Amino acid sequence: MTVHELAEALHLETIVEADGKRKIDGCYIGDLLSWVMGRAQSGNVWITIMSNINIVAVASLADVSCIILAEGVTVEENVRAVAEAKGVNLLASERTAYELAASLKDLIE
Amino acid sequence: MSEAVVTLHFSVDGEDFTSAGQASVQVKKSLRQLGISPEIIRKVSIAMYEGEINMVIHAGGGEADVLIYEDHIEIRLDDHGPGIANIEMAMQEGWSTAPDNIRSLGFGAGMGLPNMKRYTDEMKINSVLGEGTHIVMKVNL
Ligand SMILES: Nc1ncnc2c1ncn2[C@@H]1O[C@H](COP(=O)(O)OP(=O)(O)OP(=O)(O)O)[C@@H](O)[C@H]1O
Ligand SMILES: [Mg+2]
Repeated sequence: MTVHELAEALHLETIVEADGKRKIDGCYIGDLLSWVMGRAQSGNVWITIMSNINIVAVASLADVSCIILAEGVTVEENVRAVAEAKGVNLLASERTAYELAASLKDLIE
Repeated sequence: MSEAVVTLHFSVDGEDFTSAGQASVQVKKSLRQLGISPEIIRKVSIAMYEGEINMVIHAGGGEADVLIYEDHIEIRLDDHGPGIANIEMAMQEGWSTAPDNIRSLGFGAGMGLPNMKRYTDEMKINSVLGEGTHIVMKVNL
């Protein structure tokens, strides 16, 4: 499944679709950046409520397929701009991390 | 030892949180252009990012060098920050002196140094209190 298909299937808000064709592979949930760096796998969907600028570099370097901001969290304009510049897919939802992950599991397993 | 094929140098700004991680993002880009494999790029990117962020948060900035050799990549980080009092303790997962304002940004889990060790094949830390910290990491190609 691609990031674009994921966004449609889970009715996510698309903040940045830098590479909608990127394949998703598994999921990691967390807000502490070094945990994400150390534990997320390449291609994972990263669900978080952390919304500051540093999530963009973490997503890019850990090579996750996309970020989903859960619980209706919003980002400032500069975060959107940097995500676009760095080619990071950035999605958002009103739903909780648990609800998103449960729906994701139904989709990919 | 043979000469490095490519060398990259970065000054890491200690003030600016909004651009933190920029050197690492640039390294990732350069490694990709050199045709290095995605797994190696990911290891180097993660190790370098953790080291770069540590220099920003804990040491007021510093210098980063990445040297690419025929058979390995070396990451050198040098700062003139406060130094690390107890390296063994600092290497433990969960140990952190990050202040609350830094923690609210998602840093301070005490996982950075352990990640650097995990994602590299060799890591050496030299730190002198009041003088600074020097870290050398190697990733085999
Ligand atoms: N370059 C440095 N200069 C001075 N102290 C450092 C430096 N790097 C690390 N430290 C010390 O070692 C501790 C552990 O570092 P580590 O990167 O593992 O965790 P952290 O930076 O506190 O949190 P995290 O990396 O999970 O966001 C730091 O809290 C700090 O006290
Ligand atoms: Mg750290």
